Amino acid sequence: MSEPKTHEPAFDTITAEGSVDPKPVVLIAEFETADQLMSAAEKVRDEGFKRWDCHTPYPVHGLDGAMGIRPTILPWIVLGGGFTGFCGGLLMQGWMNGISYPFLISGKPFFSIPASIPVAFELTILLSAFGAFGGMLALNGLPRMFNPLFRSDRFRRATADRFFISIEARDRRFDADSNARFLRGIGANAIEVIEE
Amino acid sequence: MKHLLEKIPFIRPEILGNAQSQEIDNTSYSPVERQPWITGENDNTTITDKVCGILEDKPTFGWVMFFLLSLSVLGLLGVFVPFLIFWGVGVWGVNNPVGWGYAIVNFVFWVGIGHAGTLISAILFLFRQKWRTSINRAAEAMTIFAVMCAGLFPGIHVGRAWFAYWMFPLPNQMELWPNFRSPLLWDVFAVGTYFTVSLLFWYMGMVPDLATVRDRANNWIRRLAYGALSMGWTGSNRQWHVYERSYLLLASLATPLVLSVHSVVSFDFAVSQVAGWHTTIFPPYFVAGAIFSGFAMVVTLLVPARQLFGLKEIITLRHLENMNKVIMLTGMLVGYAYAQEFFMAWYGGVKVEKFAFMNRAFGQYAWAYWIMVSCNVISPQIFWFKKARTNIWIMFVVSIFVNIGMWFERFVITVTSLANDYTPAAWDYYTPKLADVGIMIGAFGLFFTLFALFCRFLPFIAMSEVKGVIADAAHSTPSEKPVESGDAESAPSPAAGS
Repeated sequence: MSEPKTHEPAFDTITAEGSVDPKPVVLIAEFETADQLMSAAEKVRDEGFKRWDCHTPYPVHGLDGAMGIRPTILPWIVLGGGFTGFCGGLLMQGWMNGISYPFLISGKPFFSIPASIPVAFELTILLSAFGAFGGMLALNGLPRMFNPLFRSDRFRRATADRFFISIEARDRRFDADSNARFLRGIGANAIEVIEE
Repeated sequence: MKHLLEKIPFIRPEILGNAQSQEIDNTSYSPVERQPWITGENDNTTITDKVCGILEDKPTFGWVMFFLLSLSVLGLLGVFVPFLIFWGVGVWGVNNPVGWGYAIVNFVFWVGIGHAGTLISAILFLFRQKWRTSINRAAEAMTIFAVMCAGLFPGIHVGRAWFAYWMFPLPNQMELWPNFRSPLLWDVFAVGTYFTVSLLFWYMGMVPDLATVRDRANNWIRRLAYGALSMGWTGSNRQWHVYERSYLLLASLATPLVLSVHSVVSFDFAVSQVAGWHTTIFPPYFVAGAIFSGFAMVVTLLVPARQLFGLKEIITLRHLENMNKVIMLTGMLVGYAYAQEFFMAWYGGVKVEKFAFMNRAFGQYAWAYWIMVSCNVISPQIFWFKKARTNIWIMFVVSIFVNIGMWFERFVITVTSLANDYTPAAWDYYTPKLADVGIMIGAFGLFFTLFALFCRFLPFIAMSEVKGVIADAAHSTPSEKPVESGDAESAPSPAAGS
């Protein structure tokens, strides 16, 4: 549906208000469907781009491979959280009821593993969950309240029903004109360059 | 019956809500062709419009009425909680043998309700049950609010509510720590962890949808509020990658958690020496009961909500039918546990134990016991019939019965065992007082008020997940396009999607 257009300009430019010397920061290309995005992502990956991303309203399966994303280290963070929770839970109970203020309850030992398991288990889960949530935010650089992508009105549909590829100006292969032509050629139906 | 109801002006859909969706029966089963989970002509655009429309359109008459009614019921809490804190627990009906009354009954009831959300969101996620996506957001919200209602009761039932912080292991002027060998303290950790993890899971699942609402916002208040809540989410696939892994990990953590929480709640009873409480069947029995009551509450909430907000094509009859099947299954598990308790009391041969159970069924609280059995064991049996499973009126009524029955289950367990314990001279009859009833009903007001606010201000359906289900369905429907070698569902290959 989107034949590569030969006439210029190949893209729209969005410039920040009051910008003295506008420079491009990011280029976005819109795709109609997830399938188009998927095949385009493979080509962008094979072209050797490094600082680029896909934006989709839902996680598209297979896109990680098409983009060449390596597995995240998040599970190790969660494991660390869980380990801390379990050991910390046992130490806390042993120290509080056995050392700091020994509690004698029905002649039972001051500290025993079985009676300490429920609390240690819950703390394992709690700290693992903090690891999973906090780790997700940290690895993704969230919260990030300002993003040049938000300048584009077109990009608002990335969270609703459109699929985007963004290429940052920091990428070594970034060049607005040639990149725009390339993306048109692989199925993008609209290109915008966001300047700052 | 339907025609009759449509004549009542307040039930007419155009007055109640923006009910523009139509009921499409997708419950027929054929091994050749699977029925879709999302019916009607829906794609990513219409799903976004429908779900965001609930937040963006003017509030409907039905919603306003529901909200005001809930809010006025919540007022009961505002009256009776200060009354309780001012006068002390003497305003309750608790007496000498029955030291645990409505407060603990309500606590266990609400914690139980709270179990369905995490079951739907975590366990069904691990089992790859795609139907969870239409209902998980609302069910998780329900969980959060139910656990909030539950948390109210330990806070106020300690007598001197201003010392409630003694429940936590905080340094204090007495240099004293909590007793970690008490199941009541395990409860603090279990319910506290459950609330926190459910909240994180719910919020994290909502971030992409909040970003959708932010991107559609047309005034600065919405842009600011949803912008802050969505934390700058752009739908980036590098972020989705970490996000999905995190979601999977949270689901795997929440699964043992949800099973542990009601087990720990049951330890409050099972670890004691009271006849009728001291049984090893309690943890699985409580967990089954919790899922049972939670699913019933989900049905109670979703049947009117899908009508009111025009979501019949997203929360379809097949979703409701599946929930009814779970209700029937867990109802029978609960019924089995009731029978097993009697068997163990007889087979164990302990006199007091035998008495406790005979007394439960035929003693002074027999009326409560038989309400419980008829609501929990008998009423869900109607779901053997498909006509009943797919009839929204019948399922709504059964879900109300189950809610009532599960409340009575906790009442029966708590009160009958205490009222007639080891010392016949101390036996008494427990009757609730006005403050008991006021706080119980007020908690429902809190629950429904929070749920009403949730419906209006947060995305009711997990849009991003539903879109994923639609995409999968489009890829796996053989009638739409000829089957290619290397289906798009499989691992990415250069050919996929081209």
